[in-house]
Amino acid sequence: MSDVALGSRRQPFALRFPSVMVFLAILALFTLGVTILSEGFGIGVISTSFVKTLGKTLCLCLVALAMDLVWGYCGILSLGHMAFFGLGGYAIGMWLMYARTEIIVLESLAAAPLPPTPQEVSDGIASQIFGVVGASEFPPIWVFAHSLPLQLAAVVIVPGLLALVFGWLAFRSRVTGVYLSILTQAMTLALSLHLFQNDSGLRGNNGLSGLQNLPGLSDVPQSIVSMWFFWASALALGLGYLLCAWVVSGKFGSVIRAIRDDEARVRFLGYPVEAFKLVIFTLTAVIAGIAGALYYPQAGIINPAEIAPIASIYLAVWVAIGGRGRLYGAVIGAAFVSLVSTWFTGGQAPDINLGFYTISWVDWWTVLLGLSFVCVTLYAPKGIGGLVDLIVDRRSPNRHGADLGPDQGALREQEAEK
Amino acid sequence: MSTLLEVSGVSVSFDGFKAINNLSFQIADAELRAVIGPNGAGKTTFMDIITGKTKPDEGRVVYGDRGDSLLKMSESKIAQAGIGRKFQRPTVFEDQSVFDNLMMALRKTRGPLAVLFFKPTPEDEDKVAQLASEIGLSAALHRKSGELSHGQKQWLEIGMLLAQDPRLLLVDEPAAGMTPAEREHTTDILREAAKTRAVVVVEHDMEFVRRLNCKVTVLHEGSVLAEGSLDHVTKNEQVIEVYLGR
Repeated sequence: MSDVALGSRRQPFALRFPSVMVFLAILALFTLGVTILSEGFGIGVISTSFVKTLGKTLCLCLVALAMDLVWGYCGILSLGHMAFFGLGGYAIGMWLMYARTEIIVLESLAAAPLPPTPQEVSDGIASQIFGVVGASEFPPIWVFAHSLPLQLAAVVIVPGLLALVFGWLAFRSRVTGVYLSILTQAMTLALSLHLFQNDSGLRGNNGLSGLQNLPGLSDVPQSIVSMWFFWASALALGLGYLLCAWVVSGKFGSVIRAIRDDEARVRFLGYPVEAFKLVIFTLTAVIAGIAGALYYPQAGIINPAEIAPIASIYLAVWVAIGGRGRLYGAVIGAAFVSLVSTWFTGGQAPDINLGFYTISWVDWWTVLLGLSFVCVTLYAPKGIGGLVDLIVDRRSPNRHGADLGPDQGALREQEAEK
Repeated sequence: MSTLLEVSGVSVSFDGFKAINNLSFQIADAELRAVIGPNGAGKTTFMDIITGKTKPDEGRVVYGDRGDSLLKMSESKIAQAGIGRKFQRPTVFEDQSVFDNLMMALRKTRGPLAVLFFKPTPEDEDKVAQLASEIGLSAALHRKSGELSHGQKQWLEIGMLLAQDPRLLLVDEPAAGMTPAEREHTTDILREAAKTRAVVVVEHDMEFVRRLNCKVTVLHEGSVLAEGSLDHVTKNEQVIEVYLGR
């Protein structure tokens, strides 16, 4: 056995996985570029609303990474990960809304002759927030809403716990493939239907709004706040990418890819397949929750429609178009498709007049997206990320002059060299 | 020699068809055993029962020194307890390198967290390298296993089994699709492995079984028809009828 071959495995992480470093460098340059061009900290070429769009896109890239981990690497086609994303958004939204309303209520009560009792303050906040659904008391799930640390913990714990329970029930019953996908769709549909109810405790179809205003920082203009969130999103994406790259690089990555390819065989190797799936499912749900908690303050509003089944299907489409089974593929897919989608649905794309019919992209965009999904699935299963293979001209492993192909008589290495 | 695995009175039926019918079978600690039988005799179902893939309707399967029942254990627990299985078709993880395949099979803690924080030590890498040279794949260590030839994949799978270091090895038609030279090598490996562990070989190639030169169990319609040396069972009237008659 030659040590030369093994030597490659003892190199530092960065050298073994150059794509991680390239990605982080591009992300850093992009962040720097946006900062310089922003209204808040730079020359003001990029509008604040577009900074928000870019920041939101970074969050979508993060949730796409999670989707790639669970689907591209582990083979679990979850069509419910946007539910975890939404739950993260609701968790942070509750604090944002509570804290901001508290300030408003305190201001209005300050004029009263007697200092307000805590009960009066609490009632005031509750009627402000829940007046819209005809209630004036805090539902039990708002018990921690006054505390930022507790709601931040909820961003991680609520999606993680839901994924843990759901995954445990589904995986131990050996539900796999399309049945699991349907089950995850049912989960996200049930959650969104529940949240649509006025007595769900989260303001029904009104959702939570005004999330772009940070409590106590009303003097800080949105141009600055948007950049804070943009940086936080970029940081989260960078760290998330590192985490995912670490997870898939070692033996764990080996095992989950093996589960994707032949689950039964992995069982006979002695690996508890269900436990591995549960770990991945829960971990990715937590990542999705964090992404959601960064996304919705930039979007400003969250409502149950965000958790609708279609959102999770879009997520799968992004990852498929970007190229699943490679982390940068997921990021490329999410960034590309969501930005193009913003362009088409924002009315900026020029309509095409065919004489007898005008193609209005606002309506036809979904058709185009669907078509490109079908085309990618059929003709380019590697997705956009596959183009990277062409560019770097993936070098084959050193075969010491042996046959290249699976059969005797295939090209030998020497013959194939250019 | 103590008994390693004891299967007694096991029956299983699929939609009314009795695949295994009151089957009893024993194998000792270090023994090589060939299981033969015509198609549909229940050879594969027999292996499925031992490895936990199929749960029998009745009967007992007892394994190891403590006499644990395998029927209550999951597939992964059974594998961890030291039962390795090789499938008829080579099933290696084609997307991954020979090195990764072997490293995955190497006997280590199998829990998700232990695997997540696992770092191969130089000893582990040497072990993998040594296994690779045993199965003649040293030069292909960093090739994707999907690029290997059929025979090489069979070797890789045997290597993965050896890496698991099982006490009981179940091998389904190891010689299928192999050249005569490769068959010769396979027989050697199996006989070598049987010196330190129990090996059950399912095969219907009589010539290959003769070369293994071991005790033979003949299955027919889900139960044991005859047991003994190959010469003994081939003289058995019923066996002749099952194999040659009708």
